[in-house]
Amino acid sequence: MQNRTEDRTEQRLDRLRGRAPRRRHDARTIAALTRNPGCARRAVLDAAGVDKELLARQIGFAAPFGQSPFAIVRGNVFEARVTADECAALLTLLAECLDTDAEAGADEATSSDVIYLDLGASGAGPDAEGPARRLERTEAVLRSEAAARAGAGSRAETRAEPRRTVLLAHPLLRLAVGGQDVYLEPDLLVIRPDGRAHVVEIKSFAVVDGQADGEKVAAAAVQAAVYVLALRRMLGTPAAVSHDVVLVCPKDFSNVPLATRVDVRRQLLALDHQLARLTTVQTLLDALPPEVTFDLAPAADGAPTRPAGELTDALDQLPARYAPDCLSVCELAFRCRQEAAGRTAALGASVREELGGIDTVAEVLDLAGGARTPTESQAEAAAHLMITARMYAEGLSAGQALAPPLAPLPAPAQLQASLSASHPVPASASASVSGGEHG
Amino acid sequence: MTAISSYARALAVATGTAAPTATVRHAHLSARPFVLVPLTLAGEANAPLAAMVGTAWDEATLLVVAQPRNRDLRFAFADQLAQIMLPHVLGFAAATEELTSGPRSLDAPQLIVPNPAGVEFVRLFARSTRFRSTEGEYAVAPNVPVLGRWLTFFAERAEIPGSSLMLAVTDLLGLHWATGQSALEDANLAALLGWIDPPPGLRGAAAARLAEDPRHCPPAGPTTDPGFDTEQLAPAIAAYDTAVAAAAADPAAGSAGVARAVTRLENLLRTQLQPTWDLVWRALDLLDGLPPGASVPARWETDRARYTGFHTYMVEEGLPQARRDGAVTAARRLNRIEQAQAAYDADRAFDDPLVMAQHRVTGEAFSGTVVAVERDRRIPNGRGKGRLVTRPLLTVRTEDPIRLTVGAKVVASSRRRQECVIEAIDIPPEGGGLLITLEARSGMGRSAVPAPGTVAEVGESLCYSAVLADGVRSAPMPDTADTPWTHGGPPEPYEPTEKDTAEAWE
Repeated sequence: MQNRTEDRTEQRLDRLRGRAPRRRHDARTIAALTRNPGCARRAVLDAAGVDKELLARQIGFAAPFGQSPFAIVRGNVFEARVTADECAALLTLLAECLDTDAEAGADEATSSDVIYLDLGASGAGPDAEGPARRLERTEAVLRSEAAARAGAGSRAETRAEPRRTVLLAHPLLRLAVGGQDVYLEPDLLVIRPDGRAHVVEIKSFAVVDGQADGEKVAAAAVQAAVYVLALRRMLGTPAAVSHDVVLVCPKDFSNVPLATRVDVRRQLLALDHQLARLTTVQTLLDALPPEVTFDLAPAADGAPTRPAGELTDALDQLPARYAPDCLSVCELAFRCRQEAAGRTAALGASVREELGGIDTVAEVLDLAGGARTPTESQAEAAAHLMITARMYAEGLSAGQALAPPLAPLPAPAQLQASLSASHPVPASASASVSGGEHG
Repeated sequence: MTAISSYARALAVATGTAAPTATVRHAHLSARPFVLVPLTLAGEANAPLAAMVGTAWDEATLLVVAQPRNRDLRFAFADQLAQIMLPHVLGFAAATEELTSGPRSLDAPQLIVPNPAGVEFVRLFARSTRFRSTEGEYAVAPNVPVLGRWLTFFAERAEIPGSSLMLAVTDLLGLHWATGQSALEDANLAALLGWIDPPPGLRGAAAARLAEDPRHCPPAGPTTDPGFDTEQLAPAIAAYDTAVAAAAADPAAGSAGVARAVTRLENLLRTQLQPTWDLVWRALDLLDGLPPGASVPARWETDRARYTGFHTYMVEEGLPQARRDGAVTAARRLNRIEQAQAAYDADRAFDDPLVMAQHRVTGEAFSGTVVAVERDRRIPNGRGKGRLVTRPLLTVRTEDPIRLTVGAKVVASSRRRQECVIEAIDIPPEGGGLLITLEARSGMGRSAVPAPGTVAEVGESLCYSAVLADGVRSAPMPDTADTPWTHGGPPEPYEPTEKDTAEAWE
């Protein structure tokens, strides 16, 4: 029974994706998903592994996502430097960063007690042997390490047993997201002599005088929290995985690595909560007409041939929940923004709130101008909007009386006329935004 | 977001152009601003790639770092920038006026960058140059650390609300107009200007969409467009590297090749910088069209005094600013920022009825008409001895939804020297708003009878605000040497050490 449902979901998702290879979730997409858990469009497309970037381009809303080759080179150079010689440079940093107990750190961090395991090294890559083998190996190592330490028992025996640090490079983790298994690849895991595993993330943004770009640190912390959560769920023993992750970044303006301990308890709580809230994909799929698919119908040369209109119609079946934040995380954001034109949510959550949570701009202005009778639930918001409109008009005219005139305030009648004209944003503009992107 | 600015955004959506949120200009604009449009190399820690600088629209100087990963070239860029910028910055120091508190320059330099990321570039670039040694193994040109200290000064002033020494154009525009898009999208200078001043025949939204396409309009930086990096910049830098290698092998034949590669990079980077340069100057022109707010000159005076103060410091001591503030310094700075913010908020509202509108919405200000005046009222001063003081009573009728209580201090925008206290709030029997009774406490001259014109007349319209820059003094800070252990104890006195200059060069 359970299996049949799973198969059905898988089949439906395969049909949605069509002929294209599946795009896998990673920690970044999960982090993005949890930022807007109410978006059915993103949940379904990600679960199906649809190439959203290609889809957006095909419907004329290519999003400017992409990484500069310079940033990629710098990232790779820095990571290579940190992980060179089986992470020799990193070990001292990790010991300094994770040992709250300075004396304990001093005699432990000898290299003879360090085991370095590259879990991705034997296979040619994740696809050569399939993720299952690597996942199995990762799990086996983690469990045996945990068991070894549990077996060490009392304090006296612990001293006799060589206490060691284990570094795991290229591990593979699994996490269920919206009912789907997702494979994740953290940079490194370190198991400390006390038996606790820490996630290590190598990032190439600089930490200058102990401070780094807040947004980048926040993104890295959420990403690391995804790994911690996956590890905890795999092992079933939350205590075995520390909520302290290690960010390794270049120090100041150099390439010298610097390790910083980051507590991700807050991010873990949020993730846990958001993942639980994600509607299971099956529920969303059930609501979808059976013929809907995002197959791009690639021609022999791989170029998509599916008419944009068909794809747009298919997208319309999947409700989106657009917020300006989406622009920085989702490839389809330009399309959703277009759909959200004229809605207060498109102006940002705080603007919408200030406008009394009224749904559309047209309604807001009607209520503010007294041209519409508010419903009972709108009464308070409408009163506030009328006051705001009066204050705005008085402020503007008082200001203009003091100074030479600025842009004239449109009369309400004019406003209405221009409002009704405003909704379909000229197609020429959106077409030319995407025009040059195909090459 | 405030109620007024949110409403203005809704208006902008409807009309298709940005709606004003200010009727006067709330910042000083220099007649000769120093505009700096920087670009950095993606992925690196604040590695300058190019900059367009100058003090007039048609006098742009292009500076390019042909290989941004080469630190020698980076500091050569810093030296070039210093050669252009320092004479401008120092040029304002000579002409001063003598005040009791010391000299103050008659004018000061103003640094303009496109966006807050540009301010951050200046801050980090200042950090990477101010400690550099001018002698020894990794010596830099003598100008470089001096530039670093001046840029640090500008970056620190940029944190002070109301200071105009360094301004980001997007912030400045956002202060005066609301667009029909989100604040996040307003970070794009071209899109923001697309709403405020759309090209003929285009609505704001369409103009903003066009502006968001990096091929149509390169980003205002400092980060470049990844597509540009891949397709144009990477090959051009590679060609430069090849040319340099060839020149190393054969200096005679190779130098022309290097020059060609540099020219190619210059032409390329000019295409990325020129549009932003033009946008910045267009924005400055637009802002210049607004009349300055009444309190702008006074704030600029403070800026001028700070400039002279820092100039004197550079002449007399000139040590680089510390990497991190100590506890006491940090607390003082925070306190200064809070006070500046309160004063700036109050000033802006008094200067501009449209800013005041926000306080009227929240009930912290009200406007109304004087319906009764008890001009010659005198009451005991409350300190015994039976002395009488002049305390006229004014009754103002207002329709505004006030949220003030009896005892609140208010000041009218047209009578800023007179502090009043709310004595009573009554609902008039005939209805129609509220009657506010105010007691005037100051600003009436020294004689027993208020000087002519110092008390409002019946029929006068006034706008009273409770948003005041009350000089709340913070608790006195301990001396730096007495920093308590809770705050790390007394900090090590900062002295530039060998370590600062030996910072990894690779």
